Amino acid sequence: MKFVYYLEKISGVNIYALSSFVFFFLFFLVMLTWVIKADKEKINTISRIPLD
Amino acid sequence: MQVEKFYYDNKIVKWFAYATLLWGVVGMLAGLYAAIQIYAPGTSMNFAPTTFGRVRPVHTNAVIFAFVGNCIFTGVYYSLQRLCKARMFSDKLSWIHFFGWQLIIVAAAVTLLMGFTTGKEYAELEWPIDIAITLVWVVFGINMFGTIIKRRESHLYVAIWFYIATWVTVAMLHIVNSIEIPVSFMKSYSWYAGVQDALVQWWYGHNAVAFFLTTPILGLMYYFLPKAANRPVYSYRLSIIHFWALIFLYIWAGPHHLLYSALPDWAQSLGVVFSVMLIAPSWGGMLNGLFTLRGAWDKVREEPVLKFFVVAITCYGMSTFEGPMLSLKNVNAISHFTDWTIAHVHIGGLGWNGFMAFGMMYYLIPKIFGTQLYSKKLATNHFWLGTIGIVLYAVPLYWAGFAQAEMWKQFTEEGQLKYQFLETVTNIIPMYVTRSIGGGLYLIGAFVMVYNMYKTVQSGKLIANEYAEAAPLLRPASPAKEYWHRVIERKPLTMLVLSLIMVAIGGLLELIPTFLVKSNVPTISSVKPYTPLELIGRDIYVREGCYTCHSQMIRPFRDEVARYGEYSKAGEFVYDHPFQWGSKRTGPDLAREGGKYPDAWHYNHMMDPRIMSPGSIMPQYGWLYDTQIDTASVPAKIRAMQTLGVPYAAGYDQQANTDLMKQANGIKQNLKKDKISTQADAEIIALIAYLQRLGTDIKATSNQQVAEIR
Repeated sequence: MKFVYYLEKISGVNIYALSSFVFFFLFFLVMLTWVIKADKEKINTISRIPLD
Repeated sequence: MQVEKFYYDNKIVKWFAYATLLWGVVGMLAGLYAAIQIYAPGTSMNFAPTTFGRVRPVHTNAVIFAFVGNCIFTGVYYSLQRLCKARMFSDKLSWIHFFGWQLIIVAAAVTLLMGFTTGKEYAELEWPIDIAITLVWVVFGINMFGTIIKRRESHLYVAIWFYIATWVTVAMLHIVNSIEIPVSFMKSYSWYAGVQDALVQWWYGHNAVAFFLTTPILGLMYYFLPKAANRPVYSYRLSIIHFWALIFLYIWAGPHHLLYSALPDWAQSLGVVFSVMLIAPSWGGMLNGLFTLRGAWDKVREEPVLKFFVVAITCYGMSTFEGPMLSLKNVNAISHFTDWTIAHVHIGGLGWNGFMAFGMMYYLIPKIFGTQLYSKKLATNHFWLGTIGIVLYAVPLYWAGFAQAEMWKQFTEEGQLKYQFLETVTNIIPMYVTRSIGGGLYLIGAFVMVYNMYKTVQSGKLIANEYAEAAPLLRPASPAKEYWHRVIERKPLTMLVLSLIMVAIGGLLELIPTFLVKSNVPTISSVKPYTPLELIGRDIYVREGCYTCHSQMIRPFRDEVARYGEYSKAGEFVYDHPFQWGSKRTGPDLAREGGKYPDAWHYNHMMDPRIMSPGSIMPQYGWLYDTQIDTASVPAKIRAMQTLGVPYAAGYDQQANTDLMKQANGIKQNLKKDKISTQADAEIIALIAYLQRLGTDIKATSNQQVAEIR
């Protein structure tokens, strides 16, 4: 077998960049909602772990 | 509920800490030596293993993987046990990890000095060592995840997230970038060629910075800063956002190392956009660190540990502001290939990594030895030596970088380049001298620390097994509660998988399109594979680390085209395994070196560069004249190239050496005309053949002409 280039064509390269951005944006939104909604008590407890 | 009694393993922490100190000093010494060679080339002693091209990779690898690597392991082995309220998963694995890593470092230093290199920056180590790194990394992973799974703390603190992301991403980067075809023991060719190799390399290179020099150290920051300041991190919510945004954005930023290069434009733009966005999470992290000290700044005055942390985090902020700026194409056009980049990475290296490591050492060594730091005064002196060292290191190099780029781009009124390349170098030599003084001060500071640590260790006794107790994690009483329990237990693995998905998506979407070559890498029909002699010459070029000072990438700028010739095309590099575009021009670009000077010029120049260019700072390469070409390796090399898709005719491996000698004799005859007599099989002949080939293919008007060259 030779390591030659099997994939030789690509069209609509934009979709790669766009999908990455959309993916990141959605992930970021979900994370943000989760972070904002997270229970304050719980957050405080976790942030004190190193000090215990 | 019954609490469990257990012991933290401090012995392994101690040894990793010692290794950090040792390799820190070694790596900095190598750096200082390389820095001195730049203005005093005679200090290379005309000896192959001590020339800049081989010492520089030793410096970068030692500092990144030996110094910062061991610093990471010290911090992880210390903090992970405490954050998980559990001893490390397996003492045996801890020791395999420790000794394995140190052996790799020794093997790396020896082989790099011997000239065994893949020629890819920060990934120079040859394939057997690459495999060893993979194995040791897996051992580290098992040990880390084992500890996380048997933890007594239900929540995973954010530092552990950073450790997990580090582990998984470094594994992915290392494996993808190290795919290579072994030709012999200690020699291999990168699977990728030209543009693709460049993209993979800088996807790796930038993320080595991100996931070896940044995320693990941020993990350490999130543990040791609150510890040292005795207060929780400013905003835990911010740290979560910091984490996810950082790991996602970083993975895309690599192409900013290839702006204005032959990389497809869309990939360059993608790199720029994500690099600019990176400033948000980076500064989020920096502010989170600094704000943690709100109301505790009086402690900073007293406590050397906090002093180091404050400057480290500030340097992190500075270099992560500078990074996105350097990613802008108009700024990059000035900064790239100059010392500006070197200054930038040393703000990160000396400031962020070095000072985090020092602060952590000052915190942790007295702790595990159950004593106080021997001298706070010495530590404060170290702090000032280091800080002044950083300023003296970086400021001259910023100046040098900017000044040199400006000189490169100057034209006379008549439209001629105003300065010879060499003039732009000799002009900044005072900056190089000052830089090495800065580096020297920083190194002296490190020695002061070693002494301080030695005295501290002497005054205490290692608490090899530190007693601790904690309640075990709650076990579900009924099957109905099973679900929640399982979720908690699976969390580290969820985290692992999520991080992997995040970075893999980034990696794939960025790399795939460039691998679809035909439309993305314009193929040029006159570009032909290297002749056997040129191939051997290229291996010598790689072995001597020429790429550490010479680029092979002419950007489409007026001054570069005027100075070096037609700008570089992606299709010119399709047979370059590995690519040799370089990242720094301490010497001029060599992309179109072929035919610029006669063979005799190269012959004399490599013997003593100052004969041909007075004032040159290039080392001498006397051994190339006495060493014979390794013709025995040629057939295997040709076969390896064929495997990689380079179109040599079938069975050419057997004929290659005949062609090689024919071409070598031609060069020999050519040199004879200039009254130079030499052996046809001396390595210098192969190197001359390679240099004379560089960039000439697109000048050939027909294939016939190329055939003549061959």
